[in-house]
Amino acid sequence: MLKREGQVRIPSGCAISAVTDTLGKRFSGTDIIDSIALMHDRSNGLGGGFAAYGIYPEFKDLYAFHIFYDDNDARVKTEEFLFKHYDVEYFEQIPTRKISSIGKAPLIWRYFGAVPISKMKKNDYDDDEYTAKCVIRINNEITGSYVFSSGKNMGAFKAVGYPEDVGEYYMLDEYKAHTWTAHGRFPTNTPGWWGGAHPFTLLDWSIVHNGEISSYDANRRFVEQFGYHCNLQTDTEVITYLFDLLVRRQGLKLDMAASVLAAPEWTVIDSMSEKDKELYTALRTVYSSCLINGPFSILVGSKHGLLALNDRLKLRSLITAKKDSKIYFASEESAIRVICPEPEEIKAVEGGVPIFIPFAEVNG
Amino acid sequence: MNYIVPEFEIERNPNKCISCGACVRQCSYEVHYFDDDGKTVLADDSKCVACHRCAAVCPTRAIKIKKYDMAYKEHFNWTPTTQKEINLQAATGGVLLSGMSNNKPYPIYWDKILLNASQVTNPSIDPLREPMEIRTFLGKKPEKLEFDEDGGLKTKIPPQIQLETPIMFSAMSFGSISFNAQKSLAMAAKELGTLFNTGEGGLHPKLEEFKDNAVVQVASGRFGVHKQYLESGRFIEIKIGQGAKPGIGGHLPGEKVTVEVSNARMIPVGSDAISPAPHHDIYSIEDLRQLIWSLKEATCYKKPVAVKIAAVHNCSAIVSGVARAGADIIVMDGFRGGTGAAPTRIRDNVGIPIELALAAVDQRLRDESIRSCVSLVAAGSFRNSADIVKAIALGADAVYVASAPLIAMGCHMCQQCHSGKCNWGIATQRPDLVKRLNPEIMYKRVVNLINAWNHEIKEMLGGMGLNSIDSLRGNRLMLRGIGLSEKELEILGISHAGE
Amino acid sequence: MKKVIAREEHCLNCKLCEVYCRTAHSQSKDVIKAHLRENPVPVSRITVQGDNMLSVAVNCRHCDKPACVEACITGAMQKDPETGVVTCDESRCIGCMTCMTVCGFGVIKSGKFAVKCDLCQGEDMPACVKNCPNNALVYVEVGGAE
Repeated sequence: MLKREGQVRIPSGCAISAVTDTLGKRFSGTDIIDSIALMHDRSNGLGGGFAAYGIYPEFKDLYAFHIFYDDNDARVKTEEFLFKHYDVEYFEQIPTRKISSIGKAPLIWRYFGAVPISKMKKNDYDDDEYTAKCVIRINNEITGSYVFSSGKNMGAFKAVGYPEDVGEYYMLDEYKAHTWTAHGRFPTNTPGWWGGAHPFTLLDWSIVHNGEISSYDANRRFVEQFGYHCNLQTDTEVITYLFDLLVRRQGLKLDMAASVLAAPEWTVIDSMSEKDKELYTALRTVYSSCLINGPFSILVGSKHGLLALNDRLKLRSLITAKKDSKIYFASEESAIRVICPEPEEIKAVEGGVPIFIPFAEVNG
Repeated sequence: MNYIVPEFEIERNPNKCISCGACVRQCSYEVHYFDDDGKTVLADDSKCVACHRCAAVCPTRAIKIKKYDMAYKEHFNWTPTTQKEINLQAATGGVLLSGMSNNKPYPIYWDKILLNASQVTNPSIDPLREPMEIRTFLGKKPEKLEFDEDGGLKTKIPPQIQLETPIMFSAMSFGSISFNAQKSLAMAAKELGTLFNTGEGGLHPKLEEFKDNAVVQVASGRFGVHKQYLESGRFIEIKIGQGAKPGIGGHLPGEKVTVEVSNARMIPVGSDAISPAPHHDIYSIEDLRQLIWSLKEATCYKKPVAVKIAAVHNCSAIVSGVARAGADIIVMDGFRGGTGAAPTRIRDNVGIPIELALAAVDQRLRDESIRSCVSLVAAGSFRNSADIVKAIALGADAVYVASAPLIAMGCHMCQQCHSGKCNWGIATQRPDLVKRLNPEIMYKRVVNLINAWNHEIKEMLGGMGLNSIDSLRGNRLMLRGIGLSEKELEILGISHAGE
Repeated sequence: MKKVIAREEHCLNCKLCEVYCRTAHSQSKDVIKAHLRENPVPVSRITVQGDNMLSVAVNCRHCDKPACVEACITGAMQKDPETGVVTCDESRCIGCMTCMTVCGFGVIKSGKFAVKCDLCQGEDMPACVKNCPNNALVYVEVGGAE
């Protein structure tokens, strides 16, 4: 029997795409679906997904949990846990359209909840840490249950299938977000488990990634020292944990974290000013195991904004473009031009040089 | 009567021997000698140790050293070597001594571990086209970095040692090896951007110029230790044990304590230099902690302090304790590590392989979330660059090598270091032998060797799709076992080939 | 001019310089043939003096004002004005060995003719230097008087 993510490490190739509005204007998922659909050949129908920021303004201060259940029994157990650990204000089955190309689906529910004040008094960590721990517990301890999205005012939507079908399945044309990211997957060996599709998320981090990192085990064994469990054995998972560790838990600025993951070369550091040299030498020595090696292009969504990063040798394609208030990213230029035929500016993202677009206050 | 059969036999080709006498003058064991005619060269086979010096200097390649072909009644248990050792002890009543390292056929795990390479799903990297980084830093790393409002670094980083290669030269004292041998290593370390280690022999004044490339050792005899010595080194290494002879101290016989050695060690000329088995001020982990912090205090917290232990059965727990006691660098020396002299039985029977010790220790430190607090240096026989790549993938930050550079300087593993008659000028203090090792020539050979290994490491990194050694460290997914049991794989933390 | 300089601190007393000097000045240029088959065996122009503790290889210094040249009664011993190399022209040497008696360094050997170091003219490096296993002989530019 084929092993699923977590039982074995499955390399995969991919397509990624993103659109963000720098003014925070919200728009439907139609564009992002069209963009990722153009790169159909970069996926093989074994995984597609989206992350959307700004989609739940009515619940913007609540954690939005998106959960796959294998069966009703898993749902009952999980809800028992959730209702005990959160003040859940609203929950429902995530609406979907019937699509012939999307096979047998798990039960897909969403919950909006706040951390009860009584709980927080008992703990010496903050809401995010509490929630991260709860998510890890559900995913590790409740069989048949998998939380695939757990941030505020954002959500991930993913399935086994081609990404454009996944978008239609989740009716993303009916949502409005100020930032969308998308992923089409080309795994080399997978039985097709919905949880294994991308983006991978933790709290409001969502990551779509194209490439296969060769530093995986060095990165994994480093973050696992800090209490993370790389259950899925995927690159995206470990990259998410690296960002979560560096930015949320250790307080590094996002651009600083980016220059840990795609660190400047020593020859570059050697020619820096004394102050910068000290800084970057410290970053590279203290976080040497966080260096990501091998080809990757990633789009990282978070409450801070959208970050695009390429490996330092530029072994994967990633293009960016600008038009009016929107900024686009995609694995292929055509995937940008199909939704934005005449961009004002279009260029390749430079290897190892992060592009960060902070989120504006959300408008409309 | 001769109870002991010679091990080797000299075969001299009379059609080639030109009677130049180079072999006669070069053999410190006095194997070769001229017959009364002053022309015919004869040999006393029983004295030959197969160091190959004679064969190397012979201008006509007239000399072959062969195994002495003496048949024994076959016995699987009572081998010729076993019988020879019994006869040696029957004759002398002494402890058997050997040099270099464990030569019993225990498993060499490096040869049962295979490396990965990139195919299709990610590209291999060509080190000739792309930067390939092997720069390595040793020293305690803080758990996290903190910054002020302007993005400036707030965290004070403990002292770090920058190496341009993950390969350092392990401790070999002036005394156990010659001044010229140590100087060659010092010169090589300087050119390579790495470190040599003084061992417990003090730092010779003439090597002061290499202090930026020196590790100064503090061992149980405390020979040559003073404030200036401690301040000279890049880091200070407390030697608790040695892989070749765990649980055993050191003994430099008085005849090797020349004026120069006596000055460097601060002991009288001709006196035996005895390093006790334990440090007599360290009978427990808290005592070690006091020594670590005393040394840090003495050097104003500018020098990282390393602790070197032999790889023994419960090394994981020991290393965890040593890390918590404040060591910045921990060196583990496996049972194939070399020595100038060790009791043969200890050398061949005590300790465990570095591969297993390293894997267990790295995992233990990670399980305790303290791996980043210390740097791990592995020692105990790295024969080539592939061994080193595998060690780093298992979790080492850097490695120590000694036997390999000694071989580059002429050592032929005759294992007679303890005799003080090293024909290659390495493990001797006899001036006529020491001068055979010309540092100008030998440092360059050592530099060539390590540069060659650096190139090979870069090739292997590139093949794995890595362009920095940082991404290899602890990256056990790059390793697969071949022909190993479940238990061995479990300890090594790797999958079997084909998995 | 470039001269062979001996560094006694590195000399091993192995005498390979002598072996290779003989070979270089042999008919066959083969180390075994030169020593075992040629008759007479070529004479080494360089001699290692001393013992294992302290030894040094001695050969012609190619002096600025060579006594041997001055003393030569046939004009066979000459110093090349351009290269500075002192050589013996065997076609003019009568084997009187006056040169040997006046040489302050004792580096001229007797044979049928006077035999001395010619710095292996025509080669990049004298054979003794090339084959010294410990860099105890070096071939370097030496300025000024001897």
